[in-house]
Amino acid sequence: MKTRLSINGETHEIDADARTTLLDALRHHIGLTGTKKGCDHGQCGACTVIVDGRRVNSCLTLACMQDGAQITTVEGLGAPGALSPMQAAFLAQDGFQCGYCTPGQICSATAMLEEIRAGWPSHVSADLEAPARLSVEEISERMSGNLCRCACYPNIVEAITQVGEAETVAEAAE
Amino acid sequence: MIPFDYIRAESSAAAATEGCRPETQFIAGGTNLLDLMKLQIVTPARLVDVTRLDLGGVEETADGGLRIGALVRNSDLAADPRVRRDYAVLSRALLAGASGQLRNMATTGGNLLQRTRCPYFYDTAQACNKRQPGTGCAAIGGVTRNHAIFGASEHCIATHPSDMAVALRALDAAVEVETPDGARRLIPMAEFHCLPGDTPQIETALAPGDLITAVLLPPPLRGSHIYRKVRDRASYAFALVSVAAVVRIEAGSFAEVALAFGGVAHKPWRDAAVEAALVGRPADRAGFDAAADLLLAEARGQGGNEFKIPLLRRTLVAVLTEAAKGQMQ
Ligand SMILES: Cc1cc2nc3c(=O)[nH]c(=O)nc-3n(C[C@H](O)[C@H](O)[C@H](O)COP(=O)(O)OP(=O)(O)OC[C@H]3O[C@@H](n4cnc5c(N)ncnc54)[C@H](O)[C@@H]3O)c2cc1C
Ligand code: FES
Ligand code: FES
Repeated sequence: MKTRLSINGETHEIDADARTTLLDALRHHIGLTGTKKGCDHGQCGACTVIVDGRRVNSCLTLACMQDGAQITTVEGLGAPGALSPMQAAFLAQDGFQCGYCTPGQICSATAMLEEIRAGWPSHVSADLEAPARLSVEEISERMSGNLCRCACYPNIVEAITQVGEAETVAEAAE
Repeated sequence: MIPFDYIRAESSAAAATEGCRPETQFIAGGTNLLDLMKLQIVTPARLVDVTRLDLGGVEETADGGLRIGALVRNSDLAADPRVRRDYAVLSRALLAGASGQLRNMATTGGNLLQRTRCPYFYDTAQACNKRQPGTGCAAIGGVTRNHAIFGASEHCIATHPSDMAVALRALDAAVEVETPDGARRLIPMAEFHCLPGDTPQIETALAPGDLITAVLLPPPLRGSHIYRKVRDRASYAFALVSVAAVVRIEAGSFAEVALAFGGVAHKPWRDAAVEAALVGRPADRAGFDAAADLLLAEARGQGGNEFKIPLLRRTLVAVLTEAAKGQMQ
């Protein structure tokens, strides 16, 4: 089954069995192995990529269902020498140990900050209608779909806080 | 996954026609169906992708309610300003479910039709009347931590895992369906999910090929909107028990009460007698306890889930206490 995917700004056409998940298409058909497979069942977040601006689990969608979609993987966020702010913050704050969950964490966190900017509430927001805030509690709740077996959570939260605060300062200055 | 044919539906009529053929499943967000297909619990020969249909958007209805398209993602619904303002119990229930990534994929229609998380349903080596009718229920007498305390049968003791559906039940929503002959019908949430009885493989009032097109909310109910979910970890876990409540208190007494319970039955559980007993009663601890007594009088544990009975009692009392506090300051 032929599927056209725009990945990190480049168009790819793959011809794969309909059973191919987006995750397997990225890793096996396109060779982008930054995106990781942890559980293959939506339970860990290692496979998180950004599809049409939203973070999703690439293990629970079929590549053919994403025909025509714009996909960003960890490789598309930045590159060695030109890291994205979130990638740089994970390095600066030591937000990983083995690194297996990290691409998923970084994609998830990047899109999560957009959700906060759009004003989406979370389970821990006291007031559903108030503007969304950046706090440790909010970050932990909003990132609960990304497990880290090395338990680097404190530093992951630090890294996200660093980027979130820098963005807020930049916006205030504009 | 076993091989299947993939068909992208271009119209709801085409989807319904395709959906009538044997061994066919619709797919929307895919977050439940693909999980089950990978484990070969569900093995469709054909998948009909409905995500390109025009079933999105949240619109106001003539009667002052809302019409939620079947393809509206759980994250969009939870963040919709009208839902946050007027149907907070629904936003809260959605936000308590799954993860940010999954809510971005999960649809309103798919969420209603998600399958049980019974471990025996998930293990194809075990007997399960829901997965393979007539084979028995290995959960009975087994590990029953997440099973039903209301409405179970000797054939199935599974629970429905959706948080969203519990809020929709409390809100008296209705599910709009397009049938294969092109007709539209409305199924009240009260009648949408079934109890297991002796046909646990039948979970809803849908017939083959029926396509969910929308969920309709009646005009908003005033009062406190609360969704309290109790689970094994603080986030990203299914409910052990949950309570969806819309409660209005006037002059210290209950004026309007809608309560639905999750994690405790094969469908979102609601008990009209409990609500009737509360209306007109002072919003005090004696009233809360009496309501819990009434609710739990018919609860039956299965061994491993006995803890749900006191847990549901405490959760209901906590929710009513919170509602009373919120409205009597
Ligand atoms: C790790 C994990 C944790 C989760 N935690 C929670 C939780 O805490 N609380 C909770 O409530 N849920 C939870 N979920 C479940 C999640 O909410 C559901 O998987 C999701 O809502 C299903 O929606 P979908 O669009 O992805 O459905 P799909 O997987 O696409 O479909 C599910 C079913 O619905 C049918 N279907 C879909 N759309 C239609 C339609 N329009 N008409 C007719 N039939 C249709 C399909 O044929 C299929 O049978 C969790 C899931 C995972 C993987
Ligand atoms: S690999 Fe997709 S969530 Fe674990
Ligand atoms: S750094 Fe090892 S799993 Fe997260």
